[in-house]
Amino acid sequence: MQKEEIIKIINNFLVEEFEIDESKLKPEALLKDDLGLESLDFVDVAVIIEKEFGFKVKGEDMVSVRNLNDLYDYIFNYLNNNK
Amino acid sequence: MNRRVVITGIGIYSTIGKNLDEVKDSLYNGRSGIFLDQERKAYGYQSGLSGKIDQPQLKGLLDRRSRVSMPEQAEYAYMSTLEALKIANISQDHIDKNNIGIIFGNDSSTPALIRAVDIIREKKDTMLIGSGSVFQSMNSTVTMNLSVIFRLKGVNFTLSGACASGSHSIGMGFLLIKHGYQDCIVCGGAQEINLFCVGSFDTLGAFSKRESDPTKASRPFDKNRDGLVPSGGAATVILESYESAVKRGAPILAEVFGYGFSSDGVHISVPDVDGPRRAIQMALELADIKPGMIDYVNAHATSTPLGDANEAEAINAVFGNAKPFVSSTKSMTGHEMWMAGSSEVVYSILMMQNSFIAPNINFEEPDEHTCKLNITNRTIDKEVNLFLSNSFGFGGTNSSLIIGKFK
Repeated sequence: MQKEEIIKIINNFLVEEFEIDESKLKPEALLKDDLGLESLDFVDVAVIIEKEFGFKVKGEDMVSVRNLNDLYDYIFNYLNNNK
Repeated sequence: MNRRVVITGIGIYSTIGKNLDEVKDSLYNGRSGIFLDQERKAYGYQSGLSGKIDQPQLKGLLDRRSRVSMPEQAEYAYMSTLEALKIANISQDHIDKNNIGIIFGNDSSTPALIRAVDIIREKKDTMLIGSGSVFQSMNSTVTMNLSVIFRLKGVNFTLSGACASGSHSIGMGFLLIKHGYQDCIVCGGAQEINLFCVGSFDTLGAFSKRESDPTKASRPFDKNRDGLVPSGGAATVILESYESAVKRGAPILAEVFGYGFSSDGVHISVPDVDGPRRAIQMALELADIKPGMIDYVNAHATSTPLGDANEAEAINAVFGNAKPFVSSTKSMTGHEMWMAGSSEVVYSILMMQNSFIAPNINFEEPDEHTCKLNITNRTIDKEVNLFLSNSFGFGGTNSSLIIGKFK
């Protein structure tokens, strides 16, 4: 999957499901401080990632995912390394 | 400490109205909220009858994080509590500066747990269950959610007492305020309406099978009653100490004079006569009120052959020749179960405020027990100063409240 498509899917669920204002979805936006995602939300993010991208997020992998671009890259790298 | 306890706010989200005005109108006009749910028939239920309720639209009112943890009965309770807080003139600022508690009656929360277990069975994994499930699944879901949404700081728990839950919650709130532990408590009852939560009830054959005429199926005290109709929604009753209400200039809608409780200790599903009689008597004694002073009895009566008969005998044993008007609003709403004790207090307060007694619709002919009561199947225009509200539940849990005009 191309990174553009990953960005589109992630941004779409952040707007539609998490009701985050689209204007806030900048690559450098911090997931917690800028987008307001908290620990319970990450449980649901993992559910959506499994549904949209077909893999289970591992808790320890997510530690280094701080901003939106980190999230895009995490998914892109996982999909490309695990074909 | 022994203080007067008053009611400063009421709210309702019910099968007969989404707010107090709609409900008052339905009560006065004897309007039923029952329908035949074809989905239950498709699942092979003995009875497809149910109360019908519109789902509230909370997107825009509450953020996602709040909504994700809320099952349907918490949504209903949110709506009824919004209304009650408004009537009570309790702002969020007042809540933030005070120690207001919440006690709600609830005794089940079914679909979320079923969905979670279905996922576990299918995926052999808990990962897809999502963050809201556990909060939706617990009995304390209503108080859990509302205490966070309204930023409440006082007592916080859910009371499970089967069909007496909503009444006991007011009773417990009454005791806490009366004896000085809290100044103000948001009390109430909430009940989910979905086919999953009543399947195990349906198997008992406890539901009316009068599917050809849904609005006539719930007929408490009537000779031809054949079972209850499950229903739901939520009701909120805000209790406050008299001093606290006066201090902030709150409207005082009514006063709680007495609360009586008992356990039958006899049978897990068949209600007794003695247990309810003792609860009613205890409420009267605590209120220091004679039976003859009660203008109206809002009966528990659920339209079951034995339950209604036993309550009739219990009421007759206490009231004797004093024949207050009796009606069961379950004739219109169906059996609101964990919500009922609270909603029926709201319905009775609406009657008291508007000087009428709601009819026990579908009461056409009494039997040898119910003939002993002064049951009205018509709306009566009459001043009501004091009423008794009964709620009796599975396991023989009994609750009686005596509420009246504040003087």
